[in-house]
Amino acid sequence: MSDNTNLPPRFRAPSALSWVVLVGFAAFFIQGMIASDISVDRLVRGASNLVRFVGQAVPPDFSRMPNIADAMLETMNIAVVGVTFGCLFSVPLALLAARNTAPNGVVRTLARFVISVARTIPDLIWALIFVVTVGLGPLAGILAIIMDTIGFAARFYSERFEEVQKGPSEALTATGGGRLSVIFGAILPESFASMTATSLFSVEKAIRSAVTLGLVGAGGIGVELSTAMRLFRYDQAAAIILVILVVVVAFEQLSTSIRKRII
Amino acid sequence: MTPAIAAKDLCVSYGKLDVLRGVSFDMAEGQGVVLLGANGCGKSTLMRSLNGLEKLTSGTIHIHDEQLSTARGRQLRQIRRGMGYVFQQFNLVPQLNAFQNVLLGAMGRHSMGLLSCLSLTAPAQEREGALHCLERVGMADRALHRPSELSGGQQQRVAIARMLMQAPRVVVADEPIASLDPKAGREVLDLLWRIVREEGLTMLCTLHHLELAQEYADRILGMKAGQIEIDAAIADTQTDQLNALYTGMTRVDAKPTEVAA
Repeated sequence: MSDNTNLPPRFRAPSALSWVVLVGFAAFFIQGMIASDISVDRLVRGASNLVRFVGQAVPPDFSRMPNIADAMLETMNIAVVGVTFGCLFSVPLALLAARNTAPNGVVRTLARFVISVARTIPDLIWALIFVVTVGLGPLAGILAIIMDTIGFAARFYSERFEEVQKGPSEALTATGGGRLSVIFGAILPESFASMTATSLFSVEKAIRSAVTLGLVGAGGIGVELSTAMRLFRYDQAAAIILVILVVVVAFEQLSTSIRKRII
Repeated sequence: MTPAIAAKDLCVSYGKLDVLRGVSFDMAEGQGVVLLGANGCGKSTLMRSLNGLEKLTSGTIHIHDEQLSTARGRQLRQIRRGMGYVFQQFNLVPQLNAFQNVLLGAMGRHSMGLLSCLSLTAPAQEREGALHCLERVGMADRALHRPSELSGGQQQRVAIARMLMQAPRVVVADEPIASLDPKAGREVLDLLWRIVREEGLTMLCTLHHLELAQEYADRILGMKAGQIEIDAAIADTQTDQLNALYTGMTRVDAKPTEVAA
């Protein structure tokens, strides 16, 4: 074979920074493996425990179904009420945060900050905060869902507002319409379908969060589940998990079919 | 009589690029003027600045004696209300039907503002007005169609109805037929000029077709490189002179041979 130096290299040497990142990641990974004490022995024992858990969980015990249904209803209440207020609050917040609708840079930065705080703090931590402030029960759950929804919906609404075509807004500005007129006349109608889709995603997300919120005492079916687990009533826990599964899947199916209809 | 539009020494620069370099002209009330010029000569910038959509670097614009160039907020909106704007790309709200789009033309006109032009809250009289505007452009039977269900020519008709709904005194039409095929373009231009003449409006319209300009306009303004090169009553303009506007340019979109042939 001839020695052709014009051939492109098979491998381009990474930059110094890439090396640092790569080595750092590898070190962190190895340290993680050691620290969490992963061994084949533990995994094998875990597997046999899982078999025992499943053995005790089957058949599921539906004898407490009325209580489970009540708790599930409470979870859905938390999700629906929380997501409705969350979406409602998201609209003005998103308008203040979007480049083309914000009154000025200061307000925009502030609104974006509020939205990113709502998003960065996980829903369970919001729930913990509200359990401390308003006490145990569904109200804490609702407030947590509102914050979680704002972090999600307001961000996507405002991104949608920024994507609307410039022309129609400009046409309304040219007729002498003020900022609010342009928002209601062009920007909101143009964004409506996408906002509905985002809101439906929020509902799906809220149902899933609301299930776990009970684990920290913020009301709903999570309370039932954590109680059953702590009392080693795995058959009751299995019944609760099945109910959650059915409801969440049903909600997702419903929201998907509505979304398909709109878009 | 004070002119409907009085533009004096308009300059617009983007950084080092001078788009308008001292444009001055007056338009008497009821006059129909066609503005000609090659792509990139500053026509659109001029049109946009007449509505305050483009900020002037220097110069003054008066619309019916009201100073547009320094107007802000409420005062600017007030002047814009009296000025209809027809866009090359129609700029209808895609999610609203023709009727709702026309209603939006009333946007600035009412003390109720916003509520007077949303189809849910508009008073019956405004709704009748909007339908009447659609009738005048021959689109009443398409009132419930969305822009995507209409042809380009039909969309521009709806945009003209929206302009009518605004009840303006001055109309600025920025290449109203440049996106349309020749036949539809001809029909739409015919309609636009007929309505402008019937209502006694003042119109400044940019076109790329010399023969159409000569057919409709009272007067022709010709722009080249950000300045007015030609300003003449229609009887005094010569085709050669107009063709010269399009020579020495880098792009060939304006086809100077079209008229010479």
